[in-house]
Amino acid sequence: MIGADALSGGAMQLIGSLLEQRTGQQIAANRAWRIETALKPVLRERGLPSLDALVGQLLGARTGELADQVVDVLLNQETSFFRDVAVHDQVAAAATAMQAEIGNRRLRIWSAGCSTGQEPLSLAMLFAEKAEGFPMPPEIVATDVSAAALARGRAGRYSQFEIQRGLPVRRMVEWFDTVDGEWVARPELVRRVQFRQQNLTADAPPPGKFDLILCRNVMLYFSLPLRRQVFDRLASAIRPGGLLVLGAGETVIGLTDHFTPSEAYRGFYRASGPAATTLAAAG
Amino acid sequence: MKTCLVVDDSKVIRKVARHILETLDFEVREAGDGREALDSCLATPPDVVLLDWNMPVMSGMDFLRALKNSGIEQRPKVVFCTTENGMAYIRAAIEAGADEYVMKPFDRETLESKLQIVGVA
Ligand SMILES: C[S@@+](CC[C@H](N)C(=O)[O-])C[C@H]1O[C@@H](n2cnc3c(N)ncnc32)[C@H](O)[C@@H]1O
Repeated sequence: MIGADALSGGAMQLIGSLLEQRTGQQIAANRAWRIETALKPVLRERGLPSLDALVGQLLGARTGELADQVVDVLLNQETSFFRDVAVHDQVAAAATAMQAEIGNRRLRIWSAGCSTGQEPLSLAMLFAEKAEGFPMPPEIVATDVSAAALARGRAGRYSQFEIQRGLPVRRMVEWFDTVDGEWVARPELVRRVQFRQQNLTADAPPPGKFDLILCRNVMLYFSLPLRRQVFDRLASAIRPGGLLVLGAGETVIGLTDHFTPSEAYRGFYRASGPAATTLAAAG
Repeated sequence: MKTCLVVDDSKVIRKVARHILETLDFEVREAGDGREALDSCLATPPDVVLLDWNMPVMSGMDFLRALKNSGIEQRPKVVFCTTENGMAYIRAAIEAGADEYVMKPFDRETLESKLQIVGVA
């Protein structure tokens, strides 16, 4: 807990509240020590002598580039390709079933909180390999609050560690090339994903209704009232009967009436018709 | 409990791999080269082989071919685990029948995810 001691309580609170205001993410007390570790590179880059100096500058301007950067490095962006294999099997099955229902309309999928792109690119690989039953490959919209994470997703460039975590080797050689010791997704893969910046706690969802929304491991550190609000927002972006996928250990139960546990797909939640329709009508 | 045979001429690497595999609930066996590994597989096939590329006596690739030709009934899954990280090596390994490929250095999560992919974890 060295970090926690080194940062004064007030400074910690300021940084914590900046993060929460901007993203809804609360820093749990037992993770507070990470603040200092995470901010070290920012200090170095900006030639600031101490965290107190950084906080001083932040107090001067809580918006702007420095605040953006601080928020960015404090976000937990851990992810991997095909994170939770069972979920991807179910996504494939659910998408196939839905496509059969909706006929020739193009299926729409939203990866909300997509981090550095592994989640939407995994979906893109999945559907590139699974063309049968789909008149067109599903549209994949991927959003995150972090501009830096999105930039990495768009570049589709990964370290050796990132590329081999969760990604089967056959897919790796099929969809990626090596460039200077890193792994770069082929343009025809990245092109299948639309990356956009969006803050789940503040911005409107991407336009139109989605059939499937993945919002995994994003709301873990939201307060309960905020989770309710975000579920409302997700409900407004999904068609009645659409499916919401949360991370392992996340649930809608007790937090919203817009979604109920799916019977067909474990850990998936179905958008209840009327509520979603009402919200849609309300704008 | 699943069994993993760790094949590497470096004792240190075998130790690191053993440690990770034991935390993943594997029973671990070791071999220092491909020849030893082949004997071990023919005697009692493990569920999975973690295979280095460059080794004395018999290389990883030679082991893989020999295993294929051995007529062994329950062929173990084979996961290459090597510092040969070029695309050409990886393709060659897949062609020779490797089921997965781990580039060194690796961590616990990576190894665990690869073992899941081949269906032994
Ligand atoms: C732990 S990652 C999960 C990534 C991926 N969904 C997965 O499960 O592997 C959480 C992501 O949510 C993003 N995030 C956090 N708060 C957000 C918000 N208010 N709006 C949009 N994205 C947010 C973070 O930037 C981070 O990339």
